Amino acid sequence: MEPIIRVQDVSKSYWRDSFEIPVLNNISFEVPSGEFLALMGPSGSGKTTLLNLIAGIDRPDRGTINVAGTDIVALNESRLASWRATHVGFIFQFYNLIPVLTAYENVELPLLLTSLSKRERREHVETALTVVGLKDRMRHYPKQLSGGQEQRVAIARAITTDPTLLVADEPTGDLDKHSADEILTLLERLNLEFKKTIVMVTHDPRAAEKAHIIRHLDKGELQQN
Amino acid sequence: MKIPLKYTIRNLGTRRLTTGITVLGIALVVFVFSAVLMMAYGVQKTLIATGSDENVLVARKAANGEISSIIDRQTANVILTLPHIAKTPEGKPISSGEPVVIINLNKLTGGLSNVTVRGVSQQVFTLRPHVKLKEGRMFNWGSRELITGVAIEKRFAGSKIGEVVRFAGDNWTIVGLFDAGGSGFDSEMWGDADQLLDAFNRSAYSTITFRLDQPEVFQEFKAAFDKEPRLQQFEPKIERRYFEEQSELMAGFISILGIFITVIFSAGSTIGAMITMYAAVANRTVEVGTLRALGFRRRSVLAAFLTESLLLSLIGGLIGLFFASFLQFFTISTLNFGSFSELAFSFALSPTIVSSSLLFALLMGLLGGFLPSVRAARLNIVNALRSS
Amino acid sequence: MKVFKLIFKNALRHKLRTALTILAISIAVMAFGLLRTVVTAWYAGVEASAANRLISRQAVSFIFPLPYSYRDQIAKLPGVEQVTYMNWFQGVYIDKNQFFARMAVDAETIFDVYPEFVLDADQLQTFKRERNSCVVGADLAKQYKFKIGDIIQIEGDIYPGVWQFVVRGIYRPRDKTTDATQMFFHWQYLDERVRQESPERAGNVGWYIIRIADPAQSGAISNQIDGLFKNSRAETKTETERAFQQGFIAAAGAIITAMNFMSFVIIGIIMLVVGNTMIMSARERTREFAVFKTLGFSAGHLVGLILGESMLISALGAGLGLFFTFPFVAGFAAAVPKGFFPIFNVEPSTIILAVSSALVVGFVASIFPIQRALTTRIVDGLRHIG
Repeated sequence: MEPIIRVQDVSKSYWRDSFEIPVLNNISFEVPSGEFLALMGPSGSGKTTLLNLIAGIDRPDRGTINVAGTDIVALNESRLASWRATHVGFIFQFYNLIPVLTAYENVELPLLLTSLSKRERREHVETALTVVGLKDRMRHYPKQLSGGQEQRVAIARAITTDPTLLVADEPTGDLDKHSADEILTLLERLNLEFKKTIVMVTHDPRAAEKAHIIRHLDKGELQQN
Repeated sequence: MKIPLKYTIRNLGTRRLTTGITVLGIALVVFVFSAVLMMAYGVQKTLIATGSDENVLVARKAANGEISSIIDRQTANVILTLPHIAKTPEGKPISSGEPVVIINLNKLTGGLSNVTVRGVSQQVFTLRPHVKLKEGRMFNWGSRELITGVAIEKRFAGSKIGEVVRFAGDNWTIVGLFDAGGSGFDSEMWGDADQLLDAFNRSAYSTITFRLDQPEVFQEFKAAFDKEPRLQQFEPKIERRYFEEQSELMAGFISILGIFITVIFSAGSTIGAMITMYAAVANRTVEVGTLRALGFRRRSVLAAFLTESLLLSLIGGLIGLFFASFLQFFTISTLNFGSFSELAFSFALSPTIVSSSLLFALLMGLLGGFLPSVRAARLNIVNALRSS
Repeated sequence: MKVFKLIFKNALRHKLRTALTILAISIAVMAFGLLRTVVTAWYAGVEASAANRLISRQAVSFIFPLPYSYRDQIAKLPGVEQVTYMNWFQGVYIDKNQFFARMAVDAETIFDVYPEFVLDADQLQTFKRERNSCVVGADLAKQYKFKIGDIIQIEGDIYPGVWQFVVRGIYRPRDKTTDATQMFFHWQYLDERVRQESPERAGNVGWYIIRIADPAQSGAISNQIDGLFKNSRAETKTETERAFQQGFIAAAGAIITAMNFMSFVIIGIIMLVVGNTMIMSARERTREFAVFKTLGFSAGHLVGLILGESMLISALGAGLGLFFTFPFVAGFAAAVPKGFFPIFNVEPSTIILAVSSALVVGFVASIFPIQRALTTRIVDGLRHIG
C-alpha cells in the first residue's frame, strides 16, 4: 500500500541558551495508510518532537515530510493551519479540552474551520460523540466528566472532521488502567473499523501492544526492528 | 474562521474576581469621563436654552460678558429705529433694554456668591415667553421690587417671596418667583430696568434684546446695523448664539481639564486591563496551543483575545455610563466664568456623550488588550502545549 | 531577614506584571499630584494673603465701585498705616484668552502696601513719574517677552477704547506664593480719560487695601470702616485679605469638590489595579503557600510575604510617580490658558498625601490575598492548580 507518511532525512535541534541540543538525527521512515504505529522510547528520545513534526505543529531543521501527498515542510504558516484542520486529529495526554466549552462545543470546534452548515456540524458532532459513546454527556463541561470521559471527548474532537491522520501523544498517560483500556480499545476500533491511520507516542507497553508496528527511538535515532 | 464568541464570553466569567475588578476600574474612568462631559454639556445646554433663535442681543463688541457691556439710551434708541424689529399691536418694539449687575448673597450652604440682577423692560414676557411666573406676583413697574428665579430661591438665603434684599442703598422686596424652564434665567433676579438704573445712578443699559419680525432676516438686519456709523462699537448676535458663547469658557475649561485628567486615569485602567489580559493569556497558554494545533490561525487567536478585552471594557463602559446617567437628576451650581455669577445647571447626557464614553472605554480595552493578544497569537504551538 | 530576599524574588517573578503595576501606580501618583496642585493653586491667593491687610469693597458686590473720597476718611482712622486702592480694568490683550490681571492702582502707595512685589527703586521712581507707564510681573514679562520701554496696547471693555501703556518696571515675587503675573498702571491715567468720556463713572475705585499696624485689631478696624459708610449709597464690606480670598474660592466650590472627588477616584482605580495584581499572584501561589505552611511557616510569615510584596510594589510606584510629578505638573501649567493659575507649585502637603495614599493602597490591596492565603486549608492548597 502507498505510504501515507513519508519522513526523509529529518533532523531537529533545540537551543537552550547557547547550547544546541540535537533531538532528531537524520530520521527517515514511512507509514502505510491505515497503519497503527506506536513510537516508543525513553524521555528525551525525541518521540514527541517527531510526532509534532508529522502533525505539522513544528518544523524540522532539515529534511522533508510528506503526508498524504503534501510536502508539509514547504507550506507557509496559514496554509499549514488549514492543512492541520482538515488532515490531522490530535489526541493529547492531558486531553486539552477547552474548559469553558461543553463537550458538544469542544467537538464542534474544529468543524468551525470548515464550511459546513450548522446542521451538518450538528450531525458530525453527534456521530463522533456516538462513536466514543458519550452522546448523552454532550451538554457537560469538561470538569463534570471523568478523565477517561474527557479523553473520549478529545478523541471525538479529533475524528469529527474525518481527518486523514490521528496523532496521539501519550493518550493513556494520565489515566487509570480501566480508562486506559477503554481508550486503547476505542483507538483500535477507529483503526480497524474506520480505517484511520494512527501515530501514537507512548511509553506504556500495554498501549503499544494494540499497535501494529512499534518503532523505538533513542537519542534521536530510530532503532531498527 | 473565528473562534466562537461564547468562548470569549465564558472565559470572562471564569475568573470573576479579576474580571470584576478590571471592569470596575474601567467603569470608574468612564463614569468620571462621562460625568465631566455631562457637566460641560449641562452648562452649555442651560445657556443655549437661555437665548432664543428669534431674538437678537446687542452688546458692546469688546465686552466679555453682559456686565462689562454698556449701551447708553441714545444708542439704544438708534438701534430700535432699525428695520425688522418686531412690534406689538400698539406699535411698540418688542424689546428689553437691560442693565445687568451682580450682587452678593449668602448661599444656603455657606459663603457668599454672585447673583445676577437683571433689569427688564415691559415687553420682556413677550420677548421671552419661556419665562413664566410661578408663584406670587409680577413686580410693579416703578417700584423697588424683584422677582427671583427658581434656582436662586433654592440656593440662596433671603431670596424667598416676602423677603428683602438690600443693595444700592435701598431695600428691594421679593414679590414673585419665576421659572425659566431650566435656562440660565433661573439663576437670576429680575427687576424694573428703570428702577435699577436709578438706584445705581447709571444711565446706560448693559445690553438690549429684541425680537425680529421674521427670524430669517437676521443677516439683512445685521447689514443695516453695521452700516449705521453710530453703532460701530456694538455687535448684534442671535440671542441663543450669544448665550452659547457665554458658556464656551466654562464648558471648555470643564472639558479640557476633565478630559486631561480622565485620560491620565484611563492609563491606570488600561494597564489594569493589560495585566488582566496578560494573566488570561498566561493561564490559557495550553488552550491557545490546542486551538492552534486544531488549525486555528494566529489571527483568530489574536481576535479572540482582543474581543475578550474589548468586551471587558465595553461592560465597564456600560456600567460607568449607567451610573453616570443618574447624575441627570442632579442640579449643581457654580460660578460661571463667563458671567461671573452663579449658574445652576443639571448634568446632561447626549447621544454624543454616550457614544464617546463607550468609544473611550473600547479604546482602553483595545490598548490594554493589544499587546497581550499579540503575545497569545505569537505563542509557539509546541512550547504552548508543553507548558502547564 | 531572609523574608526580604523572598519578597524581592516574588516581585520579580512576573517582571512584566510588576513593571506594569508600578507604572500604573506612578501614573496615578502623578495624576493625584496634579489634581492636588490644581486645588492648592486655587488656594494660593489665601496663602499669599498678609495678616496686616484689610480689603474694603462695595457691600453689594466687588464689581461695584467705591468713591475715591473714602480714601482720606479711612486713612484717618487710628491703627491704619497706609491706604491704597485698585480698580479691575480687564480689557482684551491680543485676544480674549489672555487672562492676566490688569489693575489700575495708586502708583504712590501700591508697592508700600504690597512689599512682596519687589521693584527696583529707580524703576519705581520712573513709574511714579510717568502717567501712562505700567509695571508688570516677572512671570508675565517672561511669558509675553515684555521689556522696559515696550508699549502694551489693550482694548478696553469695561472702559471702552484703545489704551496704551509703556512698561517702566518689572516686579519680582518675594515669596513662592506671590503672584508675578499682574500688570499695574496709574489709576489717575484711567480716571482722567473716564472723566472726559463718561463723567458719571469717574472718581471711583474698585476696592481699598488697608495696611494696619496690629493684625489683632483687624476686626475692630473693619467694623469702624464699615460704620463710616453705613447707610450711604455705597456701603462697604471690610474683611481681612484672607477672608476676601476665601470668598473667591467658595464661589468656585463645585469645581473644587469635583477635583477632590476625582483625586479619590484615581486612588480607587489604582487600588483596583494593585489589588488585582496581588490577587493574581496569590492565586498562582496558592500551592506554594500550602507548601510553606506544611514546612512550618507561620501565618505571620505569609502575611509578611504578601504585604511586603504589595508594599514594595506600591513604594516603587510612588517613588517613580513622584519623580515624574514635577515635569508633569510643569507641562500642565504650560498647557492651560496663560494666567489661569498665577501660582502653580507642587506643595509639600501634596507629596506627603501622594506617598501616604500609595502606601495605603499597598496595604489595602494585600488584604484580600492575605485573607485567602490564611483561610485556604493546606490540603486544598496542595491540590490547587494555578
